[in-house]
Amino acid sequence: MSEQSLLQVSGLSSAVEDLPILHDINLTIKAGETHVLMGPNGAGKSTLGYTLMGNPHYKVTGGSIIFDGQDITNDSPDKRAKAGMFLSFQNPLEVPGISLGSFIRNAYHEQTGKPVKLLQYKKQLAEAMDLLTMDGSYADRDLNVGFSGGEKKKAEILQMLMLNPKLAILDETDSGLDVDAVRTVSKGIQEYQKKKDGALLIITHSTKILEALHVDYTHVLVKGHIVTTGDGSLVEEINEHGFEKYVRCEGCDGCSPLK
Amino acid sequence: MSDNNKTVVDIDRSVYDIKDVENEQDFYRMEDGFTEDIVRKISEEKHDPEWMKEFRLNSLKLYNELEMPDWGPDTDELDMNLISSYVRSKTDMKGKWEDVPEDIKNTFERLGIPEAERESLAGVGAQYDSELVYHNVKDEVADQGVVYTDMESALTGEYADMVHEYFMKLVPPTDHKYAALHGAVWSGGSFVYVPKGVKVDIPLQSYFRLNAAGAGQFEHTLIIVDEGADLHFIEGCSAPKYNVANLHAGCVELFVKKNARLRYSTIENWSKNMYNLNTKRALVEEGARMEWVSGSFGSHTSYLYPMTILKGDHSTMEYTGITFAGKGQNLDTGAKVVHQGKYTSSLISTKSISKSGGIGTYRSSVIINKEAKHAKTSVSCDSLMLDSISRADTIPGMDIRTDDADVGHEAKIGRISDEAVFYLMSRGLSEEDARAMIVSGFANPVSKELPLEYAVEMNNLIKLEMSGG
Ligand SMILES: Nc1ncnc2c1ncn2[C@@H]1O[C@H](COP(=O)(O)OP(=O)(O)O)[C@@H](O)[C@H]1O
Ligand SMILES: [Mg+2]
Repeated sequence: MSEQSLLQVSGLSSAVEDLPILHDINLTIKAGETHVLMGPNGAGKSTLGYTLMGNPHYKVTGGSIIFDGQDITNDSPDKRAKAGMFLSFQNPLEVPGISLGSFIRNAYHEQTGKPVKLLQYKKQLAEAMDLLTMDGSYADRDLNVGFSGGEKKKAEILQMLMLNPKLAILDETDSGLDVDAVRTVSKGIQEYQKKKDGALLIITHSTKILEALHVDYTHVLVKGHIVTTGDGSLVEEINEHGFEKYVRCEGCDGCSPLK
Repeated sequence: MSDNNKTVVDIDRSVYDIKDVENEQDFYRMEDGFTEDIVRKISEEKHDPEWMKEFRLNSLKLYNELEMPDWGPDTDELDMNLISSYVRSKTDMKGKWEDVPEDIKNTFERLGIPEAERESLAGVGAQYDSELVYHNVKDEVADQGVVYTDMESALTGEYADMVHEYFMKLVPPTDHKYAALHGAVWSGGSFVYVPKGVKVDIPLQSYFRLNAAGAGQFEHTLIIVDEGADLHFIEGCSAPKYNVANLHAGCVELFVKKNARLRYSTIENWSKNMYNLNTKRALVEEGARMEWVSGSFGSHTSYLYPMTILKGDHSTMEYTGITFAGKGQNLDTGAKVVHQGKYTSSLISTKSISKSGGIGTYRSSVIINKEAKHAKTSVSCDSLMLDSISRADTIPGMDIRTDDADVGHEAKIGRISDEAVFYLMSRGLSEEDARAMIVSGFANPVSKELPLEYAVEMNNLIKLEMSGG
């Protein structure tokens, strides 16, 4: 339990609609570190992302989340965002009538509390969009409305780059993207990782997005438990052999509610 | 902000001396309801021409004969005696600033309405008269031959015959009980005549005229846009208007001549005790175009269905409206269109928001007559409920009597999505701001049709309604 850890999750359990999903999760992420979270479908990876970000549907039933020295276990999502946490959604939501550009400006203003310098902001936004090969006109389009799957994911990474969090949780940002788009998104992530020394928790099924990144730790989540943690090489191994070896409690059909 | 708004902001407020409340006689007897005596008195005070006096008296007769509407929200709490006494003797019925409900005072504060205007806008102060601004605008458009004046002056002025020819021809007193009442006791309002081919490039705003005696209660608006002319008229403002008497039965008659265009924009924000039973109608000639933009906030109960008659061939209309029904409000709004001419087209798109138990009903009626060959209509209504205790209903009516009409209809009723709120909150917006942003986005198709300053006002209103319990 080092002092300088950015995120410290201890014994975290959470439930959705009274159904326990996560069990006794322990996870420590230090500033600038890159962690990868893998696991079979339905293991609870998104649930972990939501629970960390404070989605009210996902109730913490035990344990705590310390972020940047503060206990945020019961904080609302906006407080967590202001503290420097960011979640790239697996399925970003569509919000009609609000343009992507003005939304980011709004969020930026909320988070910094300072008035946005318009010219500087516009320049920054144009650069980030350029990096992500997004056409500038997307800034004027309604937030995620009519965006393709890949465009939505790029828009998430754009928000990450503009909001500049301390920890970004990327929930399958690479899923459903073509090779070029994965490479582009990966460039965005590198930019965040290198230039801004941002910490990452990357939920993914593939190695493609990780190729150019330095991975410090890999965690495997099965049925709501972190069953193993290793270094970057674990990603390769899982890609070759699958999760079979980590699926513990043979014959167990899920975990009963913990006492 | 546009220039015309700037004139409003920049004018020297010191010119608004508080005038003496008009020296109205008090009646020694309080009678129930409206009597001939009252109407004669109103007519006398207004120096009506003879025909108008007769018109008022006939309307009164109709008012007493006609039944209350038996559909829509109920109006049981409407106290006609109170309204009658109000009309009879404004001096007595005038409330005090102290009696103005807190929520209205707060709204003035938050909308940044200047002190000088608050009492007047609230309906309790002496008449506040923005004569200077009004005259400037009036003079500016007069150079183009445009007549822009109050209804009382129009009755006796240069265009008296025109007023006589058109007054309540589109909305006759026989139309319904409140139209009859309006015909009997109407007071204030605007008259606009735009001559042939004249394109008025600044929007005319009734805001300046709303403060005339009795206006904002039974005001009459008559606009005639002659052939090939073009006008944008804006009615109302975002400041809540408080009246002791809780009935608004205004009437708007719009005549859009051949190849002319009229855009009529409204933001209404009546106090929450108000019954808003307003009648608006447009008659559109060949090749002409009528555009409505309408935002309805406030009031206790509203019946509001601007109607467009597409009389001429190739005439078109577009209606864009939004309604926000909060706690204790029952807003029954929509649009009506009658297709008469060939190749006519109508496009109706409405948004309705309900919150804290408010009821928003969208009611529309599209009639395509036999003669209206190749008519085209498209209706879409979209409702958003902000919680589970609020209600949104849609009652679309279509009566299509020609078989080559092109008819489109779409209705959506939805709730604000918790996941979307969480999404926005995860970017640092408070829950309140996240909800307000979703609602503003929902309203965006309407606000972007409004002039910038009104769009800003509307967004402020939405924020206010969202934060109020
Ligand atoms: N909102 C929800 N309502 C009901 N069940 C849910 C909800 N979210 C997740 N779950 C359940 O929790 C389990 C884990 O889901 P999730 O976290 O999405 O898995 P992963 O992201 O690892 O594929 C699944 O069994 C899923 O059905
Ligand atoms: Mg998932």
